[in-house]
Amino acid sequence: MKNTIIECKDVSFTYDRTEVLEHISLKVEQGEFWALIGPNGSGKSTLIKLILGLIKPSSGSIELFGENISSFRQRERIGYVSQKSNAFNSGFPATVLEVVRSGLTRKTGLFKHFTKREDQQAMEALKIVKMDSYHSRPIGELSGGQQQRVFIARALVGKPDLLIMDEPTVGIDQQNIASFYTMLQTLNRDHGIAILLVTHEIDIVTDLASHVACLNRTIHFHGVQSDYKKMDDLDISNWYGHPVRRVHQSDEEVER
Amino acid sequence: MIEAILTYDFLQNAFLSGMIIGIVAPLLGLFIVVRRLALIADALSHVALAGIAGSLYLSQQVLFFSALNPVYLGMAAAVGGSLLIERLRGAYRHFEELAIPIILSAGIGFAAIFISLAKGFGTDLVGYLFGSVSAVSRQDLGIVASIALCVIGFIYFFYKELFALSFDREYAKVSGVHGKVIQTIFMIIVALVIGASMRIVGILLVSSLMTLPVAAAIQLAKSFKGAMLYSIGIGELSVLIGLIAAYYLDIAPGGTIVITSVIILLLVLFFKKTLRKMVGTKGEADLI
Repeated sequence: MKNTIIECKDVSFTYDRTEVLEHISLKVEQGEFWALIGPNGSGKSTLIKLILGLIKPSSGSIELFGENISSFRQRERIGYVSQKSNAFNSGFPATVLEVVRSGLTRKTGLFKHFTKREDQQAMEALKIVKMDSYHSRPIGELSGGQQQRVFIARALVGKPDLLIMDEPTVGIDQQNIASFYTMLQTLNRDHGIAILLVTHEIDIVTDLASHVACLNRTIHFHGVQSDYKKMDDLDISNWYGHPVRRVHQSDEEVER
Repeated sequence: MIEAILTYDFLQNAFLSGMIIGIVAPLLGLFIVVRRLALIADALSHVALAGIAGSLYLSQQVLFFSALNPVYLGMAAAVGGSLLIERLRGAYRHFEELAIPIILSAGIGFAAIFISLAKGFGTDLVGYLFGSVSAVSRQDLGIVASIALCVIGFIYFFYKELFALSFDREYAKVSGVHGKVIQTIFMIIVALVIGASMRIVGILLVSSLMTLPVAAAIQLAKSFKGAMLYSIGIGELSVLIGLIAAYYLDIAPGGTIVITSVIILLLVLFFKKTLRKMVGTKGEADLI
């Protein structure tokens, strides 16, 4: 039996008297790759913040690894790449290695210093994202795509069981997006890391993810990828709020 | 001059406390600058001014305060100001930087009231505003040394947490770094350093010693550790040259220390620009 990694039970969130999320129930299990899709303002980032414990739900409960979020302490089991990661202060004087190593802050423990062991772990994480040769470069000198890989390495360095990413491809050029998603698939398949990915790119991601959740204030669909693919574009357009036409890899191959 | 330092206690005090501040002010300043909070030091120094002015005024009115070193009340005011800034930053989540001008204005306001009530403090206050080589007592040196130990200990033990919080506060929070506690201790320590530095550098100039060496260092450094070492080196150089100049010219050391760090910053910027041009020209020549 698979372990449950995230479980949202009837979660609602109200901000300034506006219901941002209503009755969300979602379960992510070990080794699954979830794509969380929805239009702008649908509450995707809010749901991620709730799952990460950055904000508290107005009602309902969230469990991480079987433990209520309010008492959850094993933070090192979660890797997180935010939408704003690459909007950091590019003048910040830090090397790639220093940034990645900072992902081990909690795991190393209070009053302790990073040693060669942590440097080695950071180098291993950089190897996974193919950025090990950049370890001594200042983070601000890298391209947007390279920076995002470094932030993924920071999220991976603690060997998490769950990787949460909020629109990580913002600011990355189209050419790098494809290799980025391939890398995510490898992480999920070869390293067994559960992934929850928030994205706008419904065409690419739904081909990669094992599960899909469609959110627009409430969950309109959640299930395995094959069931999502069977859904009619009109149904998706209805909850999306505007016409949506999905292009699958197979369609493109047919067109060719 | 070395002979004078060996002979006069006040010069020993000034040099020793200056050199200590040259280490701790830029050390803390690095964490302030990279978080784009450089004005915090300015706000806290103005709050410290209110504490000093309050202490000097009370010393005219109450016997107890006439025996009390005004630096203590200055430090207490700065610590209070630092905690208030933290509270206000929480209240104005979308305009966090607003907390700084609010506290800065309050500091100046209180200082102006105390100065008016006392009908001026003459040379006493000038010494606090711009620093003084002769005003640093053994007691002041003791305060500076104790605070420096706290600062170095704090940064030594919480270096990785401070780095994580400075680089990406949200990520640090998600990964379980105790941001609130560390940030509060950090703010208190910044306030204490400002309070301790004002005797030698002066209230109005203390923030410069926290920011100018860092501004030069981040132009040179490629890593965070490198930026830290450069900041300390430039801070020490500024204090040393500034104090020697102040001694020979018989002027307030605050001004000479700060102008020295401004000159170092300009030199760094100039050399970096020249180097970049040279590299650019070389690159073009290689292409041809």
